[in-house]
Amino acid sequence: MSTVDQAPGDPLLRVEGLQVHFPIKRGVLFDRTVGHVKAVDGVDLSVQRGTTYGLVGESGCGKSTLGRAILRLSEPTAGRVWFDGVDVASLKGEPLRQIRRRMQMVFQDPLGSLDPRQNVESLLAEPLRAHGLGGDKAAISTRLRELLDAVGLPTAALRRYPHEFSGGQRQRIGIARAITVEPDLLIADEPVSALDVSVQAQVLNLLEELQGRLGLTYLVIAHDLAVVRHISDVVGVMYLGSLVEQAPAEELYSSPLHPYTRSLMSAVPVPDPEVEDHRERILLAGDLPSPANPPSGCRFHTRCPWRQETRCDDEVPLLREITLTPTGAGALGATPAAVRPAVGGPHLVSCHWVEEIHDGRLQPKSPEEVAASQGVSIASGDTGHGTDPLIAGVDEPVGFH
Amino acid sequence: MTGTSGSPVLEVDDLAVQFTRRGEQPTRAVDGVSFSVAPGETIGLVGESGCGKSVTSLAIMGLLPQRGVQVTGSVRLDGTELLGAGPRTLRTLRGKDMAMVFQDPLSSLNPTVTVGTQVTEVLAEHRDMTGRAAQDEATELLDRVGIPDPRRRLGEYPHQLSGGMRQRALIAMALACSPRLLIADEPTTALDVTIQAQILELLRELVQGSGTALVMITHDLGVVAGLCDRVHVMYAGRVIETADRRPLFATPRHPYTGGLLGSVPRLDTGRGTPLTPIRGSARDTIPWSQGCAFAPRCDNAEDDCLTEVSGSTVPLEADGLRRELRCRHPLHATPAAAGAPAGATAASSAGASAGSPSTGSSSWSSSEGQQS
Amino acid sequence: MTVTTPRPGAGRRDRIDELAARAGQLSDGDGGESLLRSAVRRLRRNPVAILGAVIVVAFLLVALFAPLLAPRDPYAQSLLSEVRQGSIPGSRDGYLLGVDQLGRDVLSRLLYGSRQSLLIGVVSTVLGAVLGMALGILAGGLGGKVDTVVMRFVDILLSIPGLLMAISISVLLGASQLSLMIAIAVTQVPVFARLLRGSMLVQRDSDYALAARALGVRRRRIVFGHVLPNSLSPVIVQATLSLATAIIEAAALSFLGLGDPDISRPEWGAMLASAQSVLSIRPELAIYPALCIIVVALGFTLLGEALREALDPKFRR
Repeated sequence: MSTVDQAPGDPLLRVEGLQVHFPIKRGVLFDRTVGHVKAVDGVDLSVQRGTTYGLVGESGCGKSTLGRAILRLSEPTAGRVWFDGVDVASLKGEPLRQIRRRMQMVFQDPLGSLDPRQNVESLLAEPLRAHGLGGDKAAISTRLRELLDAVGLPTAALRRYPHEFSGGQRQRIGIARAITVEPDLLIADEPVSALDVSVQAQVLNLLEELQGRLGLTYLVIAHDLAVVRHISDVVGVMYLGSLVEQAPAEELYSSPLHPYTRSLMSAVPVPDPEVEDHRERILLAGDLPSPANPPSGCRFHTRCPWRQETRCDDEVPLLREITLTPTGAGALGATPAAVRPAVGGPHLVSCHWVEEIHDGRLQPKSPEEVAASQGVSIASGDTGHGTDPLIAGVDEPVGFH
Repeated sequence: MTGTSGSPVLEVDDLAVQFTRRGEQPTRAVDGVSFSVAPGETIGLVGESGCGKSVTSLAIMGLLPQRGVQVTGSVRLDGTELLGAGPRTLRTLRGKDMAMVFQDPLSSLNPTVTVGTQVTEVLAEHRDMTGRAAQDEATELLDRVGIPDPRRRLGEYPHQLSGGMRQRALIAMALACSPRLLIADEPTTALDVTIQAQILELLRELVQGSGTALVMITHDLGVVAGLCDRVHVMYAGRVIETADRRPLFATPRHPYTGGLLGSVPRLDTGRGTPLTPIRGSARDTIPWSQGCAFAPRCDNAEDDCLTEVSGSTVPLEADGLRRELRCRHPLHATPAAAGAPAGATAASSAGASAGSPSTGSSSWSSSEGQQS
Repeated sequence: MTVTTPRPGAGRRDRIDELAARAGQLSDGDGGESLLRSAVRRLRRNPVAILGAVIVVAFLLVALFAPLLAPRDPYAQSLLSEVRQGSIPGSRDGYLLGVDQLGRDVLSRLLYGSRQSLLIGVVSTVLGAVLGMALGILAGGLGGKVDTVVMRFVDILLSIPGLLMAISISVLLGASQLSLMIAIAVTQVPVFARLLRGSMLVQRDSDYALAARALGVRRRRIVFGHVLPNSLSPVIVQATLSLATAIIEAAALSFLGLGDPDISRPEWGAMLASAQSVLSIRPELAIYPALCIIVVALGFTLLGEALREALDPKFRR
């Protein structure tokens, strides 16, 4: 905004090679570090001003840790986080506190993220006071009313305490709190997953409305692909700490290219029997491997239906730009997989065999076949199907899930 | 799919569960719920948290606490009445003829006992299998639900298994005695989508293969769309709409069902497809004795959605096309069904113009009879 | 579709509109009830809390008005002529509970004794709680190395049996009422320190503390404004329970002769100790003070249990 002479095309947020590793400690008298859980392991992404970047992935893929590391609520092990030209990852103390005003967070659990002892008035006024904003009592009071109005709560809410609201109303308070300090970036970590189905839409609509009204930039982190599709301009898919695919939302959903994205999308139930009965389902073998001991090469190779004998096991695929000629339909068959002029950015995929898979030159194997083949190739002698390296791969169970 | 071969496995008739807490008004968590499930059939009980779907399942299994809970109505498993049956009878039936899978696979397993012991326990209890035979059978069961290397897994503790694997183990235990009825209470809610797909596929195969009747309890309309033959939508303790899967999703008639479908973002619709939320939250209900509990949140609500006579209510009516509906002003007024239950428009305009819509009439078909 | 003709349904139409307008708004009632107020409200409805409170208040009143309630001077020796080897006068006119082996009125001594017992209980608990909480805040609020050092120290304190520690301190400081209180307080310190630290660690990891950090709230404000107040309820509960143990410990120390050197001052523990020598002839002399100790301790325990329930957010309604 006012800070730097940035060109309008510059992203508001740029993450470069971000890593967050948590040490696994063990020991009787002295804790020794016996390994690292690589929650986030080298992520690059950028979010353009006024747009929404959706980050999807299953639990344990590191998406929440990434969101927290951007806000420096978790300490990055390596990498940079450029926010409006400032490297947040290197800030300390007061400057860090100051910049947090401009980057706010909406939490998954609306009740847990509100101090049960504070009434709404105190909850909303606190961030203003912390940053010396809002002016005198009267000005703050006016501001609070505006905020409540913006999120669709009555003024009478001010005197009440978090436990007196319904889930949806609490999330509105959480959102109001995040926007009190007029941030530029809002990181929403699973903003609707704790809410009842009929209420989710209210909160999603509110987020969209606020983005339009306040020109906010969003990073929405969610496991629900439908929710992410609904509000995102660009979507990134995470698997075991890194991005496997990133594309403008429409393109990603109409022609998902990475095998993981494909199977993820084919697994999401659609509330429509017509669609459900005629869908191609790509069932994956087994579970997510442990981030403490991720597979070599392509991290997805232990579950991938398209895994090849060469490259997949030992060569880490780079996130590269893909342009493809339209051929087969996407996973959902909604729109043909057309090559679009990059609306909102290129289509990035990290897979050695994208082109071949897309052309149909490679055919997927069944989960049983994947399991069988993994049984041979995995050194530990485990069957790949359902192997849980969270236990099998590490010497001891890790308290991380 | 809906080939109701033979008599139903489970018949629930007018089931009501009332909780009484000292010093508080008794609350009806479930009120007049009726449905049946045929062998090999999958039915869905759908609704949001607090709608009574889980209480219904616990009442069927006889797992509600004795104190402060009043269960009335009738639950028949293969013709045997379960309500009022002694604890011994129920214990024999549970696990043998009916089994349940819960939402949280970790807390449903005993953390201090190996998976193998927990599976063989069921076998010993209900099938008198012990020792070698039980071990072999347990291995067989784990293998059947897709747990690799089952013999090794038998010696492991629940925390050593992943979430999906635990749920499979629980399903294996539930299937140990090939029960006639399997109740799955949000079995995939705690799991990731790719694992959810595996579990749903497993359930689908099991039902098709064995003729087990499956009651699927979920809030996820997507899960229902892919799995259930017949769907019962619940709201505030009552069934408000019942239909076969396809008609329900094609033409939802209760405004709540329609509202749910309209408020869920779908994977196959893009950005800019507007969501139409239902206003308010599950807190904004009125007691059924005063009319339709959903009326405060309903866009179609008219004055006759509230009853004048306290205690009378909006009834659940069948339309002869395997659909039942508890609504006076439904969506999708289908001309085909215009005979008995006329559409929303007819009812509302009639109500507005005709001056006095039969005062105090509790059943809307009878009021309709007077109008036409 | 506005209808002008008055008809029976009109009232209901309004009601529908009203219900629709209210959907998504706040629930009925005044609202604005803080956790503390709802805890107090629930406490007042809980029979256990009321019983506990009645006992505690009754003893407090007795302690306060002991001079008015006591029929005689608790120091005055009377009926000495009847006190002799093997026979101590029991209940009789003017001496409801009889006299002890020195001819002092037992009832009066019990009434006055409540002052000493409650005083020692309250002062030592408050002292122990304040010191313990200071350590707890240091450890739980700062974390890291400070936490490790403080907690090792607390562990050492905790590893010494409470009564043994109290005895050592009493011996070290010399027998006096103050040293008795300090001795008991020291045994309470590690309990409060551990409790508060543990509770603060949980709260520090909570989403709302994280949210406050994300909002740029300063650390001091997060610790003292959010984490600490939300960590207090187990400490409050522990304090009431500690009061009971403090009274018992005070009695035990007095019993062992490590209490007030002024042995003529009435105190339940000391009374219990001196009744020892005449247990075979007048067991009541031991039973009365023991009963008082048990009932007061029970009162505080009941109150503590009720508080625990009232402060638990799970029971909030």
